Amino acid sequence: MKAAQRMYYGKALAALAARKDIVVLDADLAGSTRTSDFAKVAKERFVQIGIAEQNMIGVAAGLAAAGKTVFASTFAVFATGRCWEQIRQAVAYPKLNVKIVATHCGISVGADGASHQALEDIAIMRALPNMTVISPADANEAYAATIAIAEHKGPCYMRMGRADFPLITPEGAEFVIGKAAVLREGKDVTLIGTGQMVIACMEAADALEKKGISAEVINMSTIKPLDDASIIGSVSKTKCAVTAEEHSVIGGLGSAVAECLAANLPAPLERVGVKDTFGESGDPNDLMRKYGLTADNIIEAAENAIKRKKGKK
Amino acid sequence: MEAANRLDAKELERMANKIRMHVIEMTSAAGSGHPGGSLSSAELFAALYFNILRHNPKDPEWEGRDKFVLSKGHVAPGLYAALAESGYFPTEELLTLRKLGSRLQGHPVRGKLPGIEMSTGSLGQGLSMACGLALAAKMDGKDTRIYCLVGDGELQSGQNWEALMLAAHYKLNNLTVLVDRNRLQIMGKTEETLSIDPLQAKLKAFGLNVMSIDGHNVKKIIKACKKAGTSASPAAIVLNTIKGKGVSFMENNADFHGRACKPDEKEKAVMEIQEALK
Repeated sequence: MKAAQRMYYGKALAALAARKDIVVLDADLAGSTRTSDFAKVAKERFVQIGIAEQNMIGVAAGLAAAGKTVFASTFAVFATGRCWEQIRQAVAYPKLNVKIVATHCGISVGADGASHQALEDIAIMRALPNMTVISPADANEAYAATIAIAEHKGPCYMRMGRADFPLITPEGAEFVIGKAAVLREGKDVTLIGTGQMVIACMEAADALEKKGISAEVINMSTIKPLDDASIIGSVSKTKCAVTAEEHSVIGGLGSAVAECLAANLPAPLERVGVKDTFGESGDPNDLMRKYGLTADNIIEAAENAIKRKKGKK
Repeated sequence: MEAANRLDAKELERMANKIRMHVIEMTSAAGSGHPGGSLSSAELFAALYFNILRHNPKDPEWEGRDKFVLSKGHVAPGLYAALAESGYFPTEELLTLRKLGSRLQGHPVRGKLPGIEMSTGSLGQGLSMACGLALAAKMDGKDTRIYCLVGDGELQSGQNWEALMLAAHYKLNNLTVLVDRNRLQIMGKTEETLSIDPLQAKLKAFGLNVMSIDGHNVKKIIKACKKAGTSASPAAIVLNTIKGKGVSFMENNADFHGRACKPDEKEKAVMEIQEALK
C-alpha cells in the first residue's frame, strides 16, 4: 500500500484539532500541505498568512509566546530557506513552541524543477541550536511524528515528500523523537536511511542478501538529536556504513553520521545523496535515477564501503 | 500598572530623563550600544511603563498584562532602564549591560530578563511577532493590547509590510504600531539612505488608523494610545522625534546611533541630563 506523507499529516492535524492550544498557519499552500484538513474542523484556529513566509514565522512566534502550539506549513524550500533567519531569531533562539512542517522536500517533487526541490533544508535546520529535525520514512510515521511533535515542547522541523511512497512502518506505532529503529539486522554493512530513502535501503538490503552480503538497515527518522548510540552499536558490529537521503550530501544525514563516526568510531562511510548540485524538472522516478538516489546506488555504495573496510579500495 | 500608580505628565517627563541618564551610564559602562535611538524613545518608554501599559512588575507573567514588543531591539538600553525603574529588576543591574553573563544582552532576549516578551534585535521581525500576540489575544477573547515599537529605518525591511497587511486583514485593532520617526539611521538620513516618506500615506494605504504626533510630548503619546484603543482597525502612531534627544551634541547626530559616549562626552551628557532633572 502507498500513501503520501502529507495526506497523513493532514489527518493527524485534524485529529489534534481537539486540543484548543493548537493553531495552524498556512502560506497559501494548504491544499498541497494538507493543513486544509485542520481548517475544515477548526477554522477559528487556522490562520491564512498569504504568500509571506517570513511573516508566518514571526506570527508563529508571537502565537507560541502567548501559549499556543503552532504548526506552520509550506513547501520545504520556502519553509526553511525563505525565512531561515526568522526561524533563527524568532523561534530557535527563544525556544518557542513552533513546529515548522514542510512538504515537497527533495528531488521527487519532480516537474516543478530546482526552484521547488529542497535539497539543503536538513543542513540549514540542523545547524540551528534548540531545533529538533525529523524526517519520517513513510506516511504512517509522518502521522505518528506529527502527534509526537505536538506533545514535544520546543522548536521542531519536519520534512515530508510530495509523492505516494510504500508504507513500511506499522500503523499506530508510537514515534519517539531521537530514537532510530533497526528495521533489519545484518553484520556486513549498516545502511542508514531517512525519509523515503529508508524504503530504498530495504530494497538494497534484499538485493545485497542475494549477493551474500548481510546488511543492517536503520531508519534514522530523527536527524537531530541524532541517535548516536544506535549508529555506534550497529557500526561497531558491521565496521562500515552507508547513508541515504533525498538531500544534498553536504550537511544532511550523511554529514551527521560522519560527525558521529569521526568522533566515536572511525569507519568507512559512503554517502548516497544529491552530489552538491541543483535538480531539474522531470518525472520523479527518472530524477531519482539521474541524481543517484535509488536502491542500486545504495548497493554500489555498500559494496564500496565493504571494500574499503577490507582495505581493497 | 494600577491606575493609582500612574505618573502624571510632569512625573513622566522626569522619568524620561531618568531613563536618559541610565542609557548614558549603561552604554558608557559597556563601551558600546545604541544611545541615539534609546534617547529618542525615552518619553515613549516612560509613558508606556508608567501610564499606558497594564502590567505588574512583581508578576511579569500576569495574564492580564498588555504586551510590548521592541522590534528595534538595539534600543534595549532604553527599555531596560524603563523595566528597572518599574521594578522588574534592580536598577544596579543596568550597569551589567552587554557584559559576559548578564541578563541584559545587547539585544532583548525573551526568557532571560523579566518583562521581555519577545527576542528581537534582527530588524524587521517584531511586527510579525506582535501580530501573533494580537491574534492569540483575539482567539482567547482577551482584551490584551499589544504595542510594537519599530524604527523608521527599520521600515525599509519588507517583512514589516507583510505584517501590516496581515494586521489590517484580520482587523487586529488590539495592536498599536509605534514608529520612532527620528529620520536617522546608521548611514545618515533615512530619506537619503532609502526614502520612507510618504510614511503616513503608506501606513494608511495598508489599512492602519494613522496618527502623527510629537514623540517627545507625553500627554500626546498617552492621548494617541487611548485613541488607538478605540479604533476598529490596527493603529499606527508616528512619533516624530529627535535622535539623541536630551543631550545637545547627540541630537540629530547619526554618529551616536551605534556608539557609546567617550569619557569626556559622557561627563557632558550626564551634566546636561542632571540639569534637566533639577
